[in-house]
Amino acid sequence: MRFCAASDQAMLVYLGEGISLPTHERILKLLRLLQKEPPEWLRNLQPAYNSLMVTFDACRVDHAEVEAALRELAERAEATRAGKTRTVEIPVCYGGEFGPDLDEVAKAHGLSAAEVIELHASRTYHAYFLGFAPGFAYLGDLPEAIATPRLETPRKKVPAGSVGIAGKQTAVYAFATPGGWRLIGRTPVAVFRSDRKPMELIAIGDLVRFRPITREEFRKLETA
Amino acid sequence: MSSLVVESPGLLTTVQDLGREGFGPLGVSPSGAADPVALRLANLLVGNEASTAALEMTLMGGTFVFTEGAVITLTGADFGATLNGRSVEMWMQQAVQPGARLALGSTKNFARSYLAVAGGIRVTPFLGSASTHLLSGLGGHEGRALRKGDVLQLGTPDTKIHKRRISPAVLSRLEPGKVLRVTEGPQSDQFSEEAKQFFFRAMFRMSEDSDRMGLRLEGPALAAKKAGEMITEGVPLGAIQVTPSGQPIVLFVEQQTTGGYPKIANVIGADLHHLGQLRPRDEIRFERTSLAVARSLWIEQERLLNSPEQLFA
Repeated sequence: MRFCAASDQAMLVYLGEGISLPTHERILKLLRLLQKEPPEWLRNLQPAYNSLMVTFDACRVDHAEVEAALRELAERAEATRAGKTRTVEIPVCYGGEFGPDLDEVAKAHGLSAAEVIELHASRTYHAYFLGFAPGFAYLGDLPEAIATPRLETPRKKVPAGSVGIAGKQTAVYAFATPGGWRLIGRTPVAVFRSDRKPMELIAIGDLVRFRPITREEFRKLETA
Repeated sequence: MSSLVVESPGLLTTVQDLGREGFGPLGVSPSGAADPVALRLANLLVGNEASTAALEMTLMGGTFVFTEGAVITLTGADFGATLNGRSVEMWMQQAVQPGARLALGSTKNFARSYLAVAGGIRVTPFLGSASTHLLSGLGGHEGRALRKGDVLQLGTPDTKIHKRRISPAVLSRLEPGKVLRVTEGPQSDQFSEEAKQFFFRAMFRMSEDSDRMGLRLEGPALAAKKAGEMITEGVPLGAIQVTPSGQPIVLFVEQQTTGGYPKIANVIGADLHHLGQLRPRDEIRFERTSLAVARSLWIEQERLLNSPEQLFA
């Protein structure tokens, strides 16, 4: 366990030094315990791959006090049992206008577009955390055979629902945001809706599978 | 019902309060007023809770008509406001007659002006806050900046309002500054000593494409020793991240919640409200401070903002 001041009102606690499922599990357990028993000084939590950022009320506590409290909570969190995991299936129409980078990804790996789709849809992914923008889940790990670096120049606007890959990660863009991930498909399902409960399609800790669909199915689901 | 009719919206006018904090696990950043101090003081002046929804105007204000009588105030930047053609004094309460027209122009000093109305502006809250999050189109008035013809519902003031103004001493103490105090960022050791010295000596210019998500700075390039080797992690408000091109970006109220660029420094809590008053092309400088000093400045500022006897003249 390693601590680092992120700002004068935020502390980063690292529960591992790389991206791995055991580290993810520790982050998830500590997050759940802090959500269940929020200390009075707690203002916000931001989980990530190997860290949890804890924003606190600086009028009540300082970094040393937050560190002491987190050490104790992390120890208790270790002893808790992981909750049930949900599996979320996401229908995706790959390629064409929905996945403008699919052919390039295929070419870069000496594969056909169909093989890239098959590889992408063959895995069950872990939702490591939600970050960047509302509902944006960082999913991993992508099969090594299709792991591709980010675009050199990010797009100014990525359409909502776009399925992208970057390194060994994959994700679905919830909103039309700027983005540098390579787009291989799109889902007609809303990733984040403020009038739905829960608002997010994918939550931290979920298992996620992608199901290839046709254009017709896309249109049907889109209007559903 | 009492309402506010938007005759012209200005450059970028949104409904804001103090934001929605606590939804990091959903990837939702707090948003809220870019100058929360000006918003809080505006609300206190008209007898509202400090966190009530008000209008945030950017660089150029709009024109608004009040259907009923109301009590209002303007704080933050001076946009040369007039009420039925007569100039309006800022940082104090104003009574408005039914049908009155409030018109604001271009800024005379800073970036953002706030219009608070006794009773507040009523919108459907998203995750407990009225704040507009422009990128995702959530919160505020239909999740977007105001347009000509919009009609905003006003709440009913629930207290007897005392006529008052903010004391000049408080205003000069909280006046927007161009020297921002920072603490060390979590990846400051990824920058060479030379780059760090440069960072604290150089003047940076705020770029035209800065917005509520981030303030892009132009100045000397600040190369990190090893670029792109970082694992994505949570990023706090005011984090100064450095892109591979060496350009610093200060993450602001509608920030991304996580990021993978190294962060050289972080603007301290007590100076965050200054960021909201910076205009494109403004020149700024950073000054190093310690966590302990940052904390005592924050506590002092919060104490002041929670002391009506000191705030009002």
